[in-house]
Amino acid sequence: MKYATEILVGAVLLASLAALAVVMSGGEHSWEGSDTQGAGAVQEITGGYEPWARPVWTPPSGEIETLLFTLPAAGGALVIGYFFGYYARGRQRP
Amino acid sequence: MEGFLPGPWWQIWFAVSFLFIAYGMYRLQNLTAEDRQALPLLAVAGAFIFVLSSLKLPSVTGSSSHPTGTGLAGVLFGPAITSLLALIVLLYQAIFLAHGGLTTLGANVFSMGIAGPFAAWLVYRAGSRIGLNVVATMFAAATLADLTTYLVTSLQLALAFPAAAGGVPASFLAFGAIFALTQVPIAIMEGAVTALIFKYIVTMRGDILVRLRVIPQATMQRLQKVMQ
Repeated sequence: MKYATEILVGAVLLASLAALAVVMSGGEHSWEGSDTQGAGAVQEITGGYEPWARPVWTPPSGEIETLLFTLPAAGGALVIGYFFGYYARGRQRP
Repeated sequence: MEGFLPGPWWQIWFAVSFLFIAYGMYRLQNLTAEDRQALPLLAVAGAFIFVLSSLKLPSVTGSSSHPTGTGLAGVLFGPAITSLLALIVLLYQAIFLAHGGLTTLGANVFSMGIAGPFAAWLVYRAGSRIGLNVVATMFAAATLADLTTYLVTSLQLALAFPAAAGGVPASFLAFGAIFALTQVPIAIMEGAVTALIFKYIVTMRGDILVRLRVIPQATMQRLQKVMQ
Protein backbone atom coordinates (compact mmCIF):
# COMPACT_ATOMS: atom_id res chain seq x y z
CA MET A 1 0.00 0.00 0.00
CA LYS A 2 1.36 3.36 -1.05
CA TYR A 3 0.47 5.35 2.07
CA ALA A 4 0.99 2.63 4.71
CA THR A 5 3.78 4.61 6.42
CA GLU A 6 1.72 7.81 6.50
CA ILE A 7 -1.29 6.00 7.99
CA LEU A 8 0.81 4.23 10.63
CA VAL A 9 2.63 7.43 11.63
CA GLY A 10 -0.68 9.28 11.82
CA ALA A 11 -2.08 6.51 14.02
CA VAL A 12 0.93 6.66 16.39
CA LEU A 13 0.61 10.45 16.72
CA LEU A 14 -3.16 10.28 17.25
CA ALA A 15 -2.78 7.53 19.87
CA SER A 16 -0.17 9.67 21.65
CA LEU A 17 -2.54 12.65 21.65
CA ALA A 18 -5.39 10.49 22.97
CA ALA A 19 -3.18 9.07 25.76
CA LEU A 20 -2.16 12.62 26.74
CA ALA A 21 -5.78 13.78 26.77
CA VAL A 22 -6.66 10.91 29.13
CA VAL A 23 -3.79 11.78 31.51
CA MET A 24 -4.63 15.50 31.38
CA SER A 25 -8.26 14.89 32.28
CA GLY A 26 -7.38 12.70 35.27
CA GLY A 27 -5.67 14.43 38.19
CA GLU A 28 -3.12 17.20 38.60
CA HIS A 29 0.28 17.02 36.95
CA SER A 30 3.06 19.58 36.91
CA TRP A 31 4.19 18.89 33.28
CA GLU A 32 7.55 20.30 34.32
CA GLY A 33 10.69 19.40 32.37
CA SER A 34 12.37 16.09 33.19
CA ASP A 35 15.63 18.02 33.62
CA THR A 36 14.01 20.11 36.38
CA GLN A 37 12.87 16.89 38.05
CA GLY A 38 16.33 15.41 37.55
CA ALA A 39 17.89 18.42 39.29
CA GLY A 40 15.41 17.81 42.13
CA ALA A 41 16.57 14.19 42.37
CA VAL A 42 20.19 15.38 42.63
CA GLN A 43 19.16 17.57 45.60
CA GLU A 44 17.44 14.58 47.21
CA ILE A 45 20.35 12.18 46.75
CA THR A 46 23.04 14.61 47.89
CA GLY A 47 20.94 16.34 50.54
CA GLY A 48 21.53 19.77 48.98
CA TYR A 49 23.78 20.27 45.94
CA GLU A 50 24.99 23.71 44.93
CA PRO A 51 25.56 23.89 41.14
CA TRP A 52 29.07 25.22 40.63
CA ALA A 53 28.21 27.20 37.49
CA ARG A 54 25.29 29.34 36.35
CA PRO A 55 23.99 29.72 32.76
CA VAL A 56 25.95 32.44 30.94
CA TRP A 57 22.70 34.07 29.87
CA THR A 58 19.06 33.39 30.62
CA PRO A 59 16.22 34.57 28.36
CA PRO A 60 14.69 37.61 30.15
CA SER A 61 11.14 36.27 29.88
CA GLY A 62 9.12 33.20 29.00
CA GLU A 63 8.02 34.88 25.76
CA ILE A 64 11.59 35.49 24.64
CA GLU A 65 12.52 31.93 25.59
CA THR A 66 9.64 30.66 23.44
CA LEU A 67 10.89 32.80 20.55
CA LEU A 68 14.40 31.38 20.87
CA PHE A 69 13.03 27.84 20.95
CA THR A 70 10.80 28.48 17.94
CA LEU A 71 13.47 30.09 15.74
CA PRO A 72 15.62 26.98 15.21
CA ALA A 73 12.49 24.86 14.75
CA ALA A 74 11.15 27.21 12.06
CA GLY A 75 14.57 27.59 10.44
CA GLY A 76 15.15 23.84 10.48
CA ALA A 77 11.76 23.16 8.93
CA LEU A 78 12.60 25.70 6.21
CA VAL A 79 15.88 23.95 5.42
CA ILE A 80 14.19 20.52 5.26
CA GLY A 81 11.41 21.89 3.03
CA TYR A 82 13.88 23.66 0.73
CA PHE A 83 16.00 20.59 0.10
CA PHE A 84 13.01 18.28 -0.24
CA GLY A 85 11.70 20.64 -2.89
CA TYR A 86 15.11 20.63 -4.57
CA TYR A 87 15.18 16.81 -4.53
CA ALA A 88 11.62 16.47 -5.80
CA ARG A 89 12.29 18.84 -8.70
CA GLY A 90 15.44 16.97 -9.66
CA ARG A 91 13.46 13.73 -9.77
CA GLN A 92 10.90 15.06 -12.23
CA ARG A 93 13.46 15.98 -14.86
CA PRO A 94 13.97 13.32 -17.54
CA MET B 1 21.56 21.49 33.89
CA GLU B 2 24.42 23.98 34.07
CA GLY B 3 26.89 23.27 36.87
CA PHE B 4 25.22 20.00 37.80
CA LEU B 5 28.15 17.72 36.95
CA PRO B 6 30.98 18.00 39.50
CA GLY B 7 34.61 17.19 38.72
CA PRO B 8 36.08 14.90 37.57
CA TRP B 9 32.95 13.91 35.64
CA TRP B 10 32.49 16.98 33.49
CA GLN B 11 36.15 16.87 32.43
CA ILE B 12 35.92 13.13 31.67
CA TRP B 13 32.91 13.60 29.38
CA PHE B 14 34.57 16.56 27.68
CA ALA B 15 37.62 14.43 26.96
CA VAL B 16 35.60 11.47 25.62
CA SER B 17 33.40 13.70 23.45
CA PHE B 18 36.41 15.60 22.14
CA LEU B 19 37.83 12.39 20.64
CA PHE B 20 34.58 11.68 18.79
CA ILE B 21 34.27 15.30 17.63
CA ALA B 22 37.80 15.20 16.24
CA TYR B 23 37.10 11.92 14.42
CA GLY B 24 33.80 13.40 13.19
CA MET B 25 35.66 16.35 11.66
CA TYR B 26 37.95 13.91 9.83
CA ARG B 27 34.94 11.91 8.58
CA LEU B 28 33.17 15.10 7.50
CA GLN B 29 36.22 16.22 5.55
CA ASN B 30 36.23 12.90 3.67
CA LEU B 31 32.50 13.11 3.02
CA THR B 32 32.68 16.64 1.59
CA ALA B 33 35.58 15.60 -0.64
CA GLU B 34 33.92 12.40 -1.86
CA ASP B 35 30.25 13.10 -2.30
CA ARG B 36 29.05 16.70 -2.76
CA GLN B 37 25.54 15.45 -3.44
CA ALA B 38 25.27 14.09 0.09
CA LEU B 39 25.72 17.58 1.56
CA PRO B 40 22.07 18.71 1.20
CA LEU B 41 21.17 15.50 3.04
CA LEU B 42 23.60 16.47 5.81
CA ALA B 43 21.85 19.84 6.05
CA VAL B 44 18.47 18.07 6.26
CA ALA B 45 19.74 15.73 9.00
CA GLY B 46 21.18 18.67 10.97
CA ALA B 47 18.01 20.74 10.53
CA PHE B 48 15.97 17.75 11.69
CA ILE B 49 17.94 17.71 14.98
CA PHE B 50 17.32 21.46 15.37
CA VAL B 51 13.58 21.03 14.82
CA LEU B 52 12.99 17.98 17.02
CA SER B 53 15.20 19.09 19.90
CA SER B 54 13.30 22.41 20.03
CA LEU B 55 9.98 20.70 20.60
CA LYS B 56 9.22 20.36 24.28
CA LEU B 57 6.57 17.69 24.47
CA PRO B 58 4.39 16.55 27.35
CA SER B 59 4.56 12.87 28.24
CA VAL B 60 1.95 10.55 29.74
CA THR B 61 4.05 10.54 32.92
CA GLY B 62 2.82 14.10 33.63
CA SER B 63 6.20 15.64 32.91
CA SER B 64 7.77 17.06 29.76
CA SER B 65 10.91 16.53 27.74
CA HIS B 66 12.09 16.91 24.18
CA PRO B 67 13.07 14.45 21.45
CA THR B 68 16.64 14.42 20.14
CA GLY B 69 16.29 14.00 16.37
CA THR B 70 19.71 12.38 16.15
CA GLY B 71 18.57 8.94 14.94
CA LEU B 72 18.30 10.05 11.29
CA ALA B 73 21.78 11.55 11.13
CA GLY B 74 23.18 8.58 13.06
CA VAL B 75 21.91 6.12 10.47
CA LEU B 76 22.76 8.27 7.41
CA PHE B 77 26.21 9.54 8.41
CA GLY B 78 27.28 7.56 11.48
CA PRO B 79 27.72 8.69 15.08
CA ALA B 80 30.99 10.63 14.55
CA ILE B 81 29.56 13.15 12.07
CA THR B 82 26.33 13.29 14.09
CA SER B 83 28.29 14.34 17.18
CA LEU B 84 29.29 17.52 15.28
CA LEU B 85 25.67 18.30 14.41
CA ALA B 86 24.60 17.70 18.02
CA LEU B 87 27.42 19.95 19.26
CA ILE B 88 26.04 22.87 17.21
CA VAL B 89 22.49 22.36 18.53
CA LEU B 90 23.64 21.91 22.14
CA LEU B 91 25.81 25.05 21.95
CA TYR B 92 22.83 27.06 20.72
CA GLN B 93 20.62 25.76 23.53
CA ALA B 94 23.29 26.31 26.20
CA ILE B 95 24.04 29.89 25.14
CA PHE B 96 20.63 31.23 24.15
CA LEU B 97 18.21 29.14 26.17
CA ALA B 98 20.06 28.40 29.44
CA HIS B 99 19.24 24.81 28.53
CA GLY B 100 21.65 21.88 28.81
CA GLY B 101 24.65 23.92 29.86
CA LEU B 102 28.23 24.69 28.84
CA THR B 103 29.92 22.88 31.75
CA THR B 104 27.77 19.83 30.96
CA LEU B 105 28.33 20.17 27.20
CA GLY B 106 30.78 17.26 27.06
CA ALA B 107 28.34 14.95 28.84
CA ASN B 108 25.43 16.11 26.67
CA VAL B 109 27.38 15.69 23.41
CA PHE B 110 28.18 12.15 24.54
CA SER B 111 24.60 11.17 25.42
CA MET B 112 22.76 12.95 22.58
CA GLY B 113 25.43 13.16 19.87
CA ILE B 114 27.32 9.90 20.32
CA ALA B 115 25.52 7.24 22.41
CA GLY B 116 22.06 7.82 20.87
CA PRO B 117 23.24 7.96 17.23
CA PHE B 118 25.48 4.94 17.84
CA ALA B 119 22.46 2.97 19.09
CA ALA B 120 20.52 4.07 15.98
CA TRP B 121 23.37 3.09 13.68
CA LEU B 122 23.74 -0.31 15.38
CA VAL B 123 20.00 -1.10 15.34
CA TYR B 124 19.67 -0.01 11.71
CA ARG B 125 22.68 -2.03 10.55
CA ALA B 126 21.40 -5.12 12.40
CA GLY B 127 17.87 -4.76 11.02
CA SER B 128 19.17 -4.10 7.52
CA ARG B 129 21.45 -7.15 7.65
CA ILE B 130 18.58 -9.52 8.44
CA GLY B 131 16.53 -7.91 5.68
CA LEU B 132 13.84 -6.04 7.65
CA ASN B 133 11.87 -3.24 5.97
CA VAL B 134 14.16 -0.18 5.94
CA VAL B 135 11.48 2.30 7.04
CA ALA B 136 10.36 0.09 9.95
CA THR B 137 14.00 -0.40 10.94
CA MET B 138 14.49 3.37 10.93
CA PHE B 139 11.51 3.68 13.29
CA ALA B 140 13.15 1.24 15.74
CA ALA B 141 16.56 2.90 15.32
CA ALA B 142 15.31 6.45 16.02
CA THR B 143 13.12 5.36 18.95
CA LEU B 144 16.01 3.51 20.58
CA ALA B 145 18.42 6.40 19.87
CA ASP B 146 16.14 8.74 21.81
CA LEU B 147 15.77 6.29 24.72
CA THR B 148 19.48 5.50 24.79
CA THR B 149 20.30 9.21 25.03
CA TYR B 150 18.26 9.61 28.19
CA LEU B 151 19.40 6.28 29.68
CA VAL B 152 22.98 7.49 29.24
CA THR B 153 22.06 10.85 30.83
CA SER B 154 20.66 8.89 33.79
CA LEU B 155 23.86 6.84 33.99
CA GLN B 156 26.04 9.95 33.80
CA LEU B 157 24.14 11.51 36.70
CA ALA B 158 24.16 8.24 38.67
CA LEU B 159 27.96 7.96 38.30
CA ALA B 160 28.38 11.52 39.57
CA PHE B 161 25.79 11.16 42.33
CA PRO B 162 25.76 7.63 43.76
CA ALA B 163 23.05 7.18 46.41
CA ALA B 164 24.15 6.81 50.02
CA ALA B 165 22.21 3.55 50.15
CA GLY B 166 22.57 1.42 47.03
CA GLY B 167 25.26 3.46 45.28
CA VAL B 168 25.32 3.98 41.50
CA PRO B 169 22.63 1.34 40.64
CA ALA B 170 20.11 2.91 43.03
CA SER B 171 20.81 6.37 41.63
CA PHE B 172 20.53 5.05 38.08
CA LEU B 173 17.06 3.70 38.85
CA ALA B 174 16.05 7.04 40.41
CA PHE B 175 17.30 9.12 37.47
CA GLY B 176 16.06 6.57 34.95
CA ALA B 177 12.58 6.73 36.47
CA ILE B 178 12.58 10.46 35.70
CA PHE B 179 14.44 10.77 32.39
CA ALA B 180 13.92 7.46 30.61
CA LEU B 181 10.31 6.93 31.69
CA THR B 182 9.22 10.43 30.58
CA GLN B 183 10.99 9.71 27.32
CA VAL B 184 9.24 6.46 26.30
CA PRO B 185 6.16 7.97 24.57
CA ILE B 186 8.23 10.86 23.19
CA ALA B 187 10.75 8.39 21.75
CA ILE B 188 7.97 6.48 19.98
CA MET B 189 6.66 9.71 18.41
CA GLU B 190 10.19 10.63 17.37
CA GLY B 191 10.65 7.21 15.78
CA ALA B 192 7.43 7.58 13.79
CA VAL B 193 8.29 11.06 12.47
CA THR B 194 11.86 10.00 11.62
CA ALA B 195 10.57 6.94 9.73
CA LEU B 196 8.30 9.19 7.64
CA ILE B 197 11.10 11.61 6.74
CA PHE B 198 13.32 8.64 5.89
CA LYS B 199 10.66 7.20 3.59
CA TYR B 200 10.66 10.44 1.58
CA ILE B 201 14.45 10.43 1.35
CA VAL B 202 14.39 6.81 0.14
CA THR B 203 11.75 7.68 -2.46
CA MET B 204 13.44 10.84 -3.74
CA ARG B 205 17.17 10.23 -3.42
CA GLY B 206 17.70 6.52 -2.91
CA ASP B 207 20.85 6.82 -5.02
CA ILE B 208 22.56 8.90 -2.31
CA LEU B 209 21.55 6.34 0.35
CA VAL B 210 23.13 3.60 -1.77
CA ARG B 211 26.38 5.61 -2.03
CA LEU B 212 26.34 6.27 1.73
CA ARG B 213 25.93 2.47 2.13
CA VAL B 214 22.69 2.96 4.08
CA ILE B 215 20.73 0.77 1.66
CA PRO B 216 22.36 -1.98 -0.48
CA GLN B 217 22.03 -1.57 -4.26
CA ALA B 218 19.94 -4.73 -4.66
CA THR B 219 17.46 -3.70 -1.95
CA MET B 220 17.16 -0.24 -3.50
CA GLN B 221 16.26 -1.66 -6.92
CA ARG B 222 13.59 -3.84 -5.34
CA LEU B 223 12.22 -0.85 -3.35
CA GLN B 224 12.04 1.36 -6.43
CA LYS B 225 10.04 -1.28 -8.27
CA VAL B 226 7.57 -1.47 -5.37
CA MET B 227 7.22 2.30 -5.11
CA GLN B 228 6.64 2.98 -8.80
